[in-house]
Amino acid sequence: MIGTFRPALILVGLLTLLSGVLMPLAFTGLASLVFPFQAHGSLLKKDGKIFGSVLIGQNFTAARYFHPRPSATTEPDPKDPSKTISVPYAADNSAGSNLAPSAKALIERVKSDLPSMGPHPVPADAVTASGSGLDPDISRAYAERQVARVAAARHLPETAVRDLVNRFVKTPTLGFIGEERVNVLMLNDALDQMPKP
Amino acid sequence: MTIRGWAEILLVLVVAVLLAWPVGIHIARVAEGKRTFLHPLLGPIERTFYTLSRIDPAQEMSWQQYTFALLALNAIHFLMLYAILRLQFYLPLNPDHLAGMSPRLAFNTAMSFVTNTNWQAYSGETTLSPGSQMWGLTSHMFVSAGTGITVALALSRAFARGGLKTLGNFWVDLTRIVLYVLLPIAVVAAFVLVALGVPQTLATHADATTLEGLRQTIAMGPVAFMEAIKQLGTNGGGYFNANSAHPFENPNAFSCILEILLVLLIPFALTFTFGHIVGEKRQGYVLLAVAGIFLLAAVAVAYSSEAQGNPLLTAIGVDATQGNMEGKEIRFGIPLSVLFNVVTTATSCGAVNAMLDSYMPLGGMVSMFLMQLGEVVPGGVGSGLYGLIVFAVLAVFLAGLMVGRTPEYLGKKIQAKEVKLAVLAVLILPLSILGGTALSLALPEARASLAIGGPHGLSEMLYAFTSATANNGSAFAGISADTPWLDTTLGIAMLLGRYAFLVPVLAIAGSLGEKVKVPASTGTFPTDGLLFVGLLCGVVFIVGGLQFMPALSLGPLAEHFALFAGKSF
Repeated sequence: MIGTFRPALILVGLLTLLSGVLMPLAFTGLASLVFPFQAHGSLLKKDGKIFGSVLIGQNFTAARYFHPRPSATTEPDPKDPSKTISVPYAADNSAGSNLAPSAKALIERVKSDLPSMGPHPVPADAVTASGSGLDPDISRAYAERQVARVAAARHLPETAVRDLVNRFVKTPTLGFIGEERVNVLMLNDALDQMPKP
Repeated sequence: MTIRGWAEILLVLVVAVLLAWPVGIHIARVAEGKRTFLHPLLGPIERTFYTLSRIDPAQEMSWQQYTFALLALNAIHFLMLYAILRLQFYLPLNPDHLAGMSPRLAFNTAMSFVTNTNWQAYSGETTLSPGSQMWGLTSHMFVSAGTGITVALALSRAFARGGLKTLGNFWVDLTRIVLYVLLPIAVVAAFVLVALGVPQTLATHADATTLEGLRQTIAMGPVAFMEAIKQLGTNGGGYFNANSAHPFENPNAFSCILEILLVLLIPFALTFTFGHIVGEKRQGYVLLAVAGIFLLAAVAVAYSSEAQGNPLLTAIGVDATQGNMEGKEIRFGIPLSVLFNVVTTATSCGAVNAMLDSYMPLGGMVSMFLMQLGEVVPGGVGSGLYGLIVFAVLAVFLAGLMVGRTPEYLGKKIQAKEVKLAVLAVLILPLSILGGTALSLALPEARASLAIGGPHGLSEMLYAFTSATANNGSAFAGISADTPWLDTTLGIAMLLGRYAFLVPVLAIAGSLGEKVKVPASTGTFPTDGLLFVGLLCGVVFIVGGLQFMPALSLGPLAEHFALFAGKSF
């Protein structure tokens, strides 16, 4: 009995040391040397200040920006920490809605979002929450639907905004790997860089 | 469904088989103690391990010794993780000063990771420090995956050998699998993941000021290394709450495809390893073919169910062409979401890149059913192979009964003892899944965990006990799992699903290893052809699956018909 527990104990210690301490730490060092940008979260900076990550969605509500998908993320309620409040795109607490397809709560939420989305049928991603609540992308159809609003709010010609959207549409690699999509933060950042008319 | 989507799906599956073939041969060489190209680098580490733990690598173990060594190592590892989770506050690499877990959550989590389940009743980024994720969880991902593979190797040897009372040496098998198989592949995969955008840093977050001037705290950490072994070891426990749906765990279609390939790699490879060890390659191809048939059928059902969209939303003006996008990410779309979730529930991975609770009823049912089959098509690392061999033993026994031939599998006579042990193992699933679900639905305290009433509520509970017993770890995550009742009972379900299955399997290995190989005669039922593929598919489906049909009818099927009749809950 003891003869079995001794090697078990030592082996657990050695395997933990190797696979749980030495390897991950060495790999962390190596990764930040070889791929410093990715290893630290693909952060975007302007004048030395971080304004987001390429990979993480951000909440936009102003008319002059393209809006992302709905997000189901929450944060603790500052008034009562035992409760949570809706904070879309809370990037320290990823979550989906986990609403069943047959849930009344899902149908009601979509119903309340639909009126602001323009003519039917509305692209599905405009009214559905992503699995992470941090989806950085929207579909081309949802982006195109927002062109008129953004152009009006910025007093830009619609064609200029539409051209910008087209430049930011990523298409599937080799025509079939991945999905067509638009990164909302990158698009909005480019909008802010556009020269005023 | 589109041709583009199917092209994407088939590409991934074909590449998985092509990669698995050489890896399978490599695992067989490692299991047989032969030198590989990795030995000049890692050989000294292996020998140091043996010296320090005073192991004699030449010593062989009986099935009882092998089992006891496995259980002893797992028990110690469980206690270590429990201690790490409870004492997190006092341990290094905890810059946010996160508190330790409650006793019941630490029990549930430690059981979950030692059994290769990776059920997570906590949210990673808000509960665990980078330190706990590294030496707590990541090390378990290597060792629990290694443990599963050792059992598959011991069982394979039992078929290859004749008249021997021993199955190999557990310490040696585990050390070699971790050193020569899991670590090297994980390191290479982790590098690719970082290149694709997965972070690997000791910082826990970055503070950003958004373009609209709001604060956004972006959680991160040493994700890439854990992500690689999480997929490769079919573990599935994510660094973040959203698992592989989180853009930092899975930034684009290429990382998604890589993660799917990693999940399939070893379960597929072990079918080649099995053929190699028993000396009949076609026996391995048969097992791979069975897995392939179930995988393709499962993808077809789930894909068609998700691609058509949610009729309740279509009715109020949502475009159905994108499919059912609630809980799914744009960058994966329907094809890669469905393939990912089918693959991770057909194995014991349980990682998700889309929220299964928001899947259409039939899409969610596919995942549930794949686990209820016992996760054998192709199943988790090691556990899938030994599970499928248990079904093969039952299949030759049933074939023997039907035609009056003496059941034999790979030259070993299958007798009452092996069949009893095989049935004992297989019965754990309905006992724990249906028993646990029924008991919980009868208790008001447990029912309070459900996010919704009606048939979907039943599905949530059924899914939880299915996932825990099958050591999968995925969830219909609307359920509130961190309660005294569910933490405890699901912890016990994981324990039963792992060890009450694994011990009878090792007993079968012990019994078969002792038997002398009988040469094939005209009376032998051939187990290397299409007829046996069909028979094995039938046995897996009927013996493994049919017992769950009543429960599935009350849950996902009832929800499907209600939903298409326009009813919501």
